[in-house]
Amino acid sequence: MEFLSNLIVNIGVWIKGLLVGGGVAEHGAALVVKAIGAVVVGFFPLMVVVFLIWAYRKIAARMQGRLGPNSSGTWAGPYGILQTFADAIKMLTKEDIRPQGVDLIPYNLAPILVVFASVMVWAVIPFGPGRGLIGADLSIGIFYILAFSSAALIVFLMAGWSSNNKYATVGAFRAVAQLIGYEIPQLLAVLAVVMVTGSLSTQDIVGSQDVIFLVTLPVSAIIFFLASMAEINARPFELLEAESELVCGYFVEYSGMKFGMFYLAEFMNSVAVAAIFTTLFLGGWRGPWVDQAPILGTVWFLVKMGAVIFLWMLIQITLPRLRIDQMLAFNWKFLVPLALVNLCVVGLVNKGTTEGFPGGASAWTRGSILLGANLAMILATWGMLAVGERQARRRREAWQAAQAGELEVVV
Amino acid sequence: MLEQFTFVGFLLVVALFLGIFLISLSWLLRPKRPSPRKSEIYECGLRPHGEPWVRFKAQYYIFALVFLIFDVEAVFLFPWALAYNWLPFYAVLEGVIFILLLGAALVYVWRKGALEWM
Repeated sequence: MEFLSNLIVNIGVWIKGLLVGGGVAEHGAALVVKAIGAVVVGFFPLMVVVFLIWAYRKIAARMQGRLGPNSSGTWAGPYGILQTFADAIKMLTKEDIRPQGVDLIPYNLAPILVVFASVMVWAVIPFGPGRGLIGADLSIGIFYILAFSSAALIVFLMAGWSSNNKYATVGAFRAVAQLIGYEIPQLLAVLAVVMVTGSLSTQDIVGSQDVIFLVTLPVSAIIFFLASMAEINARPFELLEAESELVCGYFVEYSGMKFGMFYLAEFMNSVAVAAIFTTLFLGGWRGPWVDQAPILGTVWFLVKMGAVIFLWMLIQITLPRLRIDQMLAFNWKFLVPLALVNLCVVGLVNKGTTEGFPGGASAWTRGSILLGANLAMILATWGMLAVGERQARRRREAWQAAQAGELEVVV
Repeated sequence: MLEQFTFVGFLLVVALFLGIFLISLSWLLRPKRPSPRKSEIYECGLRPHGEPWVRFKAQYYIFALVFLIFDVEAVFLFPWALAYNWLPFYAVLEGVIFILLLGAALVYVWRKGALEWM
């Protein structure tokens, strides 16, 4: 029971004990344990994605009144759970067609780097309390995450431009327009969290969530969620791929495993974004009984992450695509101003609470004041949108009336 | 601190290895029968028309310039947000004024019509 309650850390301690017993120096043994940890963290997203692709196809099929992967044709395990493995084997054994005139170095480097960028994010995601269940508790944790998640943009540009294909070029150009735009609201939403926490370390951010930030900073959470949906190009913002207009966007010319790696990285990014959202706004590993059994922290983390991924799937399967100008307008004319206002309001209200309670406000008092400010912000935004909508409708009706009048004159 | 970054170093190796491993595994397993017809560029089944690397109208270059302003702003705001808990009220107010100045820049760009897809 003792061993099970903190399983992962204890396995690490056990391996280290074995190595030291076998005559390896203390320092070397610690390094070996770290390396094993890196392999586990590196392969964790891959394992999740293998399951996730199956779950996604199954849920999408159910929502569209289909069966999805199953065993009615060829045997693919119960409920078709082995379908992903079959697909992986198929992709591995497909011929890699290298189109004419591609720019070889960026063309071949892009699939490797896209997987690389989405794996690197996992170094600072806290899976549980303490130093044992996080890869590296960097003091610049969230900054590191933002840096690596925006590195994907360069890879998309590399893949699209080097492919010697017009669709790929257009896809890459759109990628730049979309991803740089949505990075800003994402950054500003994270800044509000950093401000309240006072630290960039992911473990500190989780630690300071006595009341989860989804409750105290709902506007930041909504902005971050929408901006991340765009960053991983999920369906309403899926302009980079847009099957019906761009065929596949920046990776049209990739085939075989290289195509598979782009597909893999897309799912890995969405898992990573769910993990980041859980860490920032849902309290990460925090939950009941974690102080008795730290392994429960990992379970809570995975449960919350699963809930975020499910929400992502629901949105992705339900909504149609936007047009690119609508999408950029949504970012620059709605999300960015809202994020700026949010940052000002959170900064002033939180500081005001600190100054207003000289004895120090409790987490609940601070939380409810912040929540009140956020709700006021949401109501104000709602009201402005409603007014704008009404004005637009009135203008449209006037225009239509004028059109109808003109037509009658012509007739 | 350095101890923490050793992990990042290890993960860097693992992450690079993962990609290279997948590509080399498929290189070992896949058939290799290239032909000129097969390696033609995809363009809806037709012969590709002209060069793809043409002079392309980047409709969003002003977006990119605006992005640059805001990205640099974020660099300034991160230290401010990090020191926030120790700052007195007037320092927070100064930060807010800085953000409002940028908001004014956004309004200016908007009124100038730079945020339209051309």
